[in-house]
Formats: sequence, C-alpha cells, structure tokens
Amino acid sequence: MLFEVDGLRGANVPPVSFALPPGEVLTVQGESGVGKSQLLRALADLSPHEGEVRLDGVEQQAMPATQWRRQVGLVPAESGWWAETVGAHFARRPSETWWERLRLRPALWEAPVERLSSGERQRLAVLRALMLQPRVLLLDEPTANLDRDNAAAMAEVLLTFVREHDAAAVWISHDPREVSAHARRWLEMTPEGGVLHESV
Amino acid sequence: MNLYSLTPFDLALAAGLVLALGVIQVLLGLGLFRSLAVNSVRMVLQLLLVGVILEAVFDAATLPWIALIAVVMMGLAGYEVVARQKRAIRGWHGYGIGLAAMSATALIVTVLALSFMIDADPWYTPQYAIPLLGMILGNTMTGIGLALNNLTQTAWQSRREIEARLVLGHSVREATAELRSDSMRAGLIPTLNMLAAAGVISLPGMMTGQILAGSPPIEAVKYQILIMFLIAAATGFGSLIAVQLGARRLFDGRDRLRLDRLRR
Repeated sequence: MLFEVDGLRGANVPPVSFALPPGEVLTVQGESGVGKSQLLRALADLSPHEGEVRLDGVEQQAMPATQWRRQVGLVPAESGWWAETVGAHFARRPSETWWERLRLRPALWEAPVERLSSGERQRLAVLRALMLQPRVLLLDEPTANLDRDNAAAMAEVLLTFVREHDAAAVWISHDPREVSAHARRWLEMTPEGGVLHESV
Repeated sequence: MNLYSLTPFDLALAAGLVLALGVIQVLLGLGLFRSLAVNSVRMVLQLLLVGVILEAVFDAATLPWIALIAVVMMGLAGYEVVARQKRAIRGWHGYGIGLAAMSATALIVTVLALSFMIDADPWYTPQYAIPLLGMILGNTMTGIGLALNNLTQTAWQSRREIEARLVLGHSVREATAELRSDSMRAGLIPTLNMLAAAGVISLPGMMTGQILAGSPPIEAVKYQILIMFLIAAATGFGSLIAVQLGARRLFDGRDRLRLDRLRR
C-alpha cells in the first residue's frame, strides 16, 4: 500500500481509516463543517491528531515533518502567498507544457501575486505543489474557483499526474461527477466517522 | 555647587499647575479631571515609596538587599512585557520568555558595566547599580514587549502564508525568516529613535539630572553615552533572544504552527 490511514482522529476530525494503492484517487464528501479540511490538515501533519498514517509503510511521526510534507502535498482551499511575485514561490520554473495544460498565461510567472484572479491563484497553487512531485496529493476543492473549462483542465492535469507518477490523491469535491469516473471508491465523512463506499 | 533642596512649598506650587488644568477641564466639561487627579496622587505615592526604599537600601548597601530589589524589578518588568501584548503566548512560557530575554541581557549588561566600566567599590554600590539597572531594564522591557507583540500578532495574521510554506516542505526557520527579522526591527525602533534624537531633539533625563545635581556637562555627557550604548546592546540582544525563543514556541516538535498557544 502506498498510503495507509489507521484510526486517524483529531479535535475536529471524526475517526477515519482507509488505504490507497498507487494510482487511486479517493474523493471525500460530507456536509460542510464535518471535518473534511481538518482531515487533510491532519494527513499533512499540520495539526495535532491521533492514529497512524503511513507512506510506503513508514509512519508519519517517524519522518521529519518537512520530508513528510514534501511527499504528502496538501493544496488547501485558500492558498497562501508570502512573496511579491509568482515566480518567488517556486523552486524552479515549470515547463511550458504545464502552463498550457492548466491554461495559464506564461507571463504570470513575473506577475505580482496581488494581481492574480482567484482562479489563477488556485491553479498556480496546484502547480506549485505538483512541482515537488509528491507521492500523495491532498486536494481541498481544487476546482472551486474555476469555470467549467478550467475545472475540466485542472481535473485532467491532476488525474494524469496521479496516473503517470503512480501517486495517490485524497480529493475533497462537492461535485463528484468531475472525478467519479476515475475513482473506484469514495469516502463519506459523517460526524461519527468516515465511511468508505464503492463507486457505482 | 550643591543641589538646591526642594521645599514642600515648591512641589505644592507645581501641583497647583496641574490642579489649575483640572479645574479648567471641569469647567469645559472634558471629564478628565478624575483620572488626572488619581494618576497624579498615584505618581506621588509611588515615587515617595521608592524614595523611602532607596534610602533604606542605600544605607544598608548589602548585596542580598540589592539583589532582592533587582529581582522585584525584573519580575514586574516580565509581567509588563506580557501585559503589553495583544496575543501573548499563554501560560508560563509567555512570562518566562520575556523574563529569560531580560535576565540574559539587562542583568548581564548592568553587571558588566558595574564591574568593568564604572569602577564603583564595591561593584554593587546601590547609587550606581539600581538606577543603571532601572534605565537598562526599562528600555529592554519596552523593546522586548514590542518585538514579541509584533511576533505573535503577525504570526496570527499571516497563518495562511506561514502554513503555505510548511506544506511545501519548508522548515520553520525558512517559513519564519521574515517574521523574525521584522519583529527584531520592531523591538529596536525605539532605541534607534533614542540614539538619533539624543541631545538634539531630547535632552536625556539622566544627563539633565546630573547637570542639575551639579556635575560638569562633559562628565554628564560621558555617562549618558555609556548608558546609551548599554541600552542599545541590551535591547538589541534582548529582542533577538525573545524573538528566537518566541518563534520556537509558536511551533511544536512536528513543525506545526500552534496558534492555540496564543491568548485570544
């Protein structure tokens, strides 16, 4: 198993267990406030929690936090930008194909962050995370601020990444149709805990 | 030249000025009379109390007494540092960080100055030790308070930016580099202003006091220069230590930003 979650629970996270083989995308659904985003934060080890999370059999707490987060990449619903220009947030410039596939203007590389639209921010935040080539992606509504064409392009980029890199993804989505065709199972979050369902 | 001793009548005359201000405020309906009166009385009582204590300590002039005074001053300063922060670090850590930063700088700088620069005999002669510690501590306390306030407030406001770096695998050091240098700067600004204004815009209190007491101006200036350097060093090192300790306390062993450790 690539990614195993065993009895994870936290202050705002109901108990959850699941295991993902390479290539699987698990969608997460549930009412707002049930703890979906908090679940992703715990998986990225951003907030205190109980239970075990393993990547390739190695327990989260047995690995330096920086190393864990590079391999288990979280893209929060609202991205943070600490420097002035877009380029300063990347270790190196993504190749032209990335810009094309995400339908982003390459000129944005030098643009000040404050001039980005919310959709551009969201796509650049995903791109920033993908550049680290994580083994597991934790996605918090990655298409929420995008119109239909851009949302489809984003879903395509993410699914292709997972397939080509033998990665896995935990994907919070309120529109399950965008990924259901590619997801074998989905996780329903309830106040009592997470319930796994087979996709129909 | 001897110091002219003020009579109670002189003080009453000065108090009369404040009283006149109060009367005018009442006539204009400004309603500040009460707090002006309360704070004036409080000031007189505090200073008289300090005067009595200092007289007693100067007479005794033994190390344990002076050490006790120093400990009380440090304790109060540590409390002030926490009280001045909007989102101070909770519990003993918040108090301890300010106190540790102050003892490691104000205390050490004062002892160094007493032992190697001002050759008082013995080194803890209270006429030197207590005013010196008071001046250095007062400024260090302000600097550390500002630095920690900036640290905790900015961390609170820029949670998203800090966590954006953490999720990309940046270390706490990298993610807080700007936060820490900004907070250091915030702690040092009053000291920088003090250095720039010294003698030109403001006549420092200690120098003025020495001149009033009959010292030749150049002697008073030399003391003032010494004090300025001591204050700058103590405040700078104090802010540095407080910011490093404070920034560490904002994160736990798993490099998680723990804003729950701040007061709401």
